[in-house]
Amino acid sequence: MRLRELFLGYAKIGLLGFGGVAVIARHVIVEERRWLSERDYAEVLGLGQVLPGPNVGNAAIMIGRRFRGLTGALAATAGLYAAPLCILVLLAMFYDAFGQDPHVAPVMRGIAAAAAGMVIGMALKMGTKLKPPIELVLVGAAALVAGAFLRLPLPVIVLGLGPLGIWLSLRRARA
Amino acid sequence: MSEESDLHALVVSFLGLSLISVGGGIAVLPEMSRLVVEEHGWMSQLHFAKLFALAQAAPGPNIMVVGLIGWHVAGAGGMFAAMAAMCGPTSLLAYGFTRLQRREFPWLKRVERGLVPVAVGLIAASGLLLAEGTVREAPLVLPVVAGSFLFVWRTARSPLWVLGAGALFGALLLRP
Repeated sequence: MRLRELFLGYAKIGLLGFGGVAVIARHVIVEERRWLSERDYAEVLGLGQVLPGPNVGNAAIMIGRRFRGLTGALAATAGLYAAPLCILVLLAMFYDAFGQDPHVAPVMRGIAAAAAGMVIGMALKMGTKLKPPIELVLVGAAALVAGAFLRLPLPVIVLGLGPLGIWLSLRRARA
Repeated sequence: MSEESDLHALVVSFLGLSLISVGGGIAVLPEMSRLVVEEHGWMSQLHFAKLFALAQAAPGPNIMVVGLIGWHVAGAGGMFAAMAAMCGPTSLLAYGFTRLQRREFPWLKRVERGLVPVAVGLIAASGLLLAEGTVREAPLVLPVVAGSFLFVWRTARSPLWVLGAGALFGALLLRP
C-alpha cells in the first residue's frame, strides 16, 4: 500500500467522523478500502482499547506500521488528525471572537446540552451492545458512581475497578 | 500565571492523563474537567462543557477536545503541546505493541472484557457531569439533553442531527 493511500484513507476517517471516529473508521478500513478483514480489524482495535490512549488513534499507528513501518504510522496519524485540527482551530477562533455574542451564546448552549445527552446515550449503547454479565454491569455502575457522584480521581477508579473487572472477567472464563 | 508555566502544567497534566486513559478520550473527561476546572482554574465547568461541545461539532477523534483546551490556555503552542502530551507516549506504546498477535494471547480478550465496563461507566459519568453543567446554567435545556440521549441510544443515525437540533433549540428558545 502506498503512503498516500494510508494518509488519504485516514484523512477521510478524520473528516467524516462526527461525534467520534469509531464507526467511520471501521467502514473505511474494512468495507471501503479492504485494508483488513473484519476479524483482523477487531483484533487491532481490541489491542488499541486495552492500551491507554485514543483507541482509533492507537489503531492508526498499528495499521500504519503494519503496512509501511514508521513512515506508515506517521502518515496514518497525520491523516487522522491534520484536517480535523485545522477545522478545530477555525472553530476555536470563531468561538473566541463570537462566543459571548448574544446570538451565538444560546446556540452554543443548545449544542453543549445535545453533546452531553449524546455522551450518555453513547455509553448506554456501548453497554447494552456488550451484554456484560451482572457482576461486570455492577463494576460499570461503580465506575459511574465513582466518577460522577463521588468525584474520585481517575487513577483511583482505574486502578481500583480495572483489576477488579479483569479478575471477574477471567474468573468467569474459567468457570 | 505565566505562559511558560501554563504550557508546563498542560504537558504534565495531559501526560499523566494519557497513561491512565483506558477507554479513550471521553472516559477521561471527568478527570480532565477536574484538572482543568478545579485544579488549575483555567475555565469554568460550563466553559469546559462548551469546549467539549465545540469539539463534538467538529469532525475527528473525540480526543481533540484536549487540543481545544490547550488552545484556550496557551494558544496554538498550547494546542500542540497538549495534543502531543496526550497522544505521544501512548502512540509509542501502540507502535511497540503492533506485532502482538492477540490470537496468541487468548486471555487478552478477557482482560479487554473486564476493562470495557469501567470505560463505559466512566463515559456515562462524563455525560452526567456535562449535562449537569449545561442544565445548571439554563434548566430549559433539559429536554435537549434527554432527547439527544434517547436519539443516540435508540437510533444509528449520525450524531450531527442532535447537535443541529440542539443548535436550533438554542437559537429559538434560549434567546435572552
